Amino acid sequence: MTHLVETPRPSRPKRPFFLRRGPMENIATTLIAIGFLMLFQPFLLVLYTYSLVTLLAGTAMFIIVSKFPE
Amino acid sequence: MVEKAADATARATPTSVAHRVRGLSDRAIAWLFIAPTITLLLAINIFPLIWAIYLSFTNYRANRPNAPVQNVGLSNYERVLTDPDIWQAMQATAHFVFWTILLQTVIGFTLAYLIDRKFRGHAFWTTLILIPMMLSPAVVGNFWRFLYEPQIGLFAYAVSLVTGIPTADIQMLGNVSLAPWAIIIVDTWMWTPYVMLICLAGLRSIPDYIYEAAEVDRASAWRQFWSITVPMALPFIMLAVLFRGIENFKMFDMVTLLTGGGPGSITEVASITLKRAAFESWATGRASAFAIVLFVAVFGLANIYVKALNKVKQR
Repeated sequence: MTHLVETPRPSRPKRPFFLRRGPMENIATTLIAIGFLMLFQPFLLVLYTYSLVTLLAGTAMFIIVSKFPE
Repeated sequence: MVEKAADATARATPTSVAHRVRGLSDRAIAWLFIAPTITLLLAINIFPLIWAIYLSFTNYRANRPNAPVQNVGLSNYERVLTDPDIWQAMQATAHFVFWTILLQTVIGFTLAYLIDRKFRGHAFWTTLILIPMMLSPAVVGNFWRFLYEPQIGLFAYAVSLVTGIPTADIQMLGNVSLAPWAIIIVDTWMWTPYVMLICLAGLRSIPDYIYEAAEVDRASAWRQFWSITVPMALPFIMLAVLFRGIENFKMFDMVTLLTGGGPGSITEVASITLKRAAFESWATGRASAFAIVLFVAVFGLANIYVKALNKVKQR
């Protein structure tokens, strides 16, 4: 009778959340999308006013985090 | 023969030039070749962009080049982002971009799908469909202005024939609710062939054996369309949407020729407001700030779009 002995894989040290490309890119993409909608929506002027800040934050973040390793 | 020609060329090269070229590394030669392009890119694209960013923080007016230029901080941006007229221009732009892209993509893909069937005379029809794209926007604008004329225009006559509404009541360019659609119709007429061409390239790149395998598996035509045709042509459709989206954000010529932003300011898209601020009010600093806002919006959107495109390609 043989038993399968599962040996734990040597785990790679995980990068902190804010240094991981995937989730940070998703956050940046969401910010850009929100900023874009704020810029072109017809409902509230205040949303239009803050759209550029949101868009800029998202775009700058996207440029930076897309250089992170996978 | 080729070697002889090469030898002859080498012999004809002046010794001084030959010595200089021999001393260059491959990398240096590569830089030498791309240097003119990079110089042009810097002069035509990058420098004006940096200059516009600088101007957006000043009170510079292009009609007073000798007046002292003062730094006004973020006040140009504040004015652009709190102005209800500019906000309305943004909404007009969004309306125009959304509907033109939607219509052009749907009609363009449908036409490409039909043309790809390779029926008798498909080459003739392809050429015929492509004609609007080859015309100058100035010609198209004037041509459609005549077509839209309520008294003598063919468009009004055709609509009247179908609906029974008197031609005098079909004011496509003078009616507040119809004018935006008049521009959308013209842009769709002109640029659908472009989208069709890109979609056709996508459809032609799908190998036949995939359809053959699907037929062996008894997949219906409907299933083949949704499981093979659409996913494999999707990167091409997305590219077409990206190109048309960027182009339509800058739409100026067609709107100027057809309505000039009117009636009132209902068709005043962002580029027309920008031109008025820059060359009618001569508020160069404010116009630069507005241009930067538009640039950031298009640049941000293009970034996420390219990311989505890469994901689709990797599938």
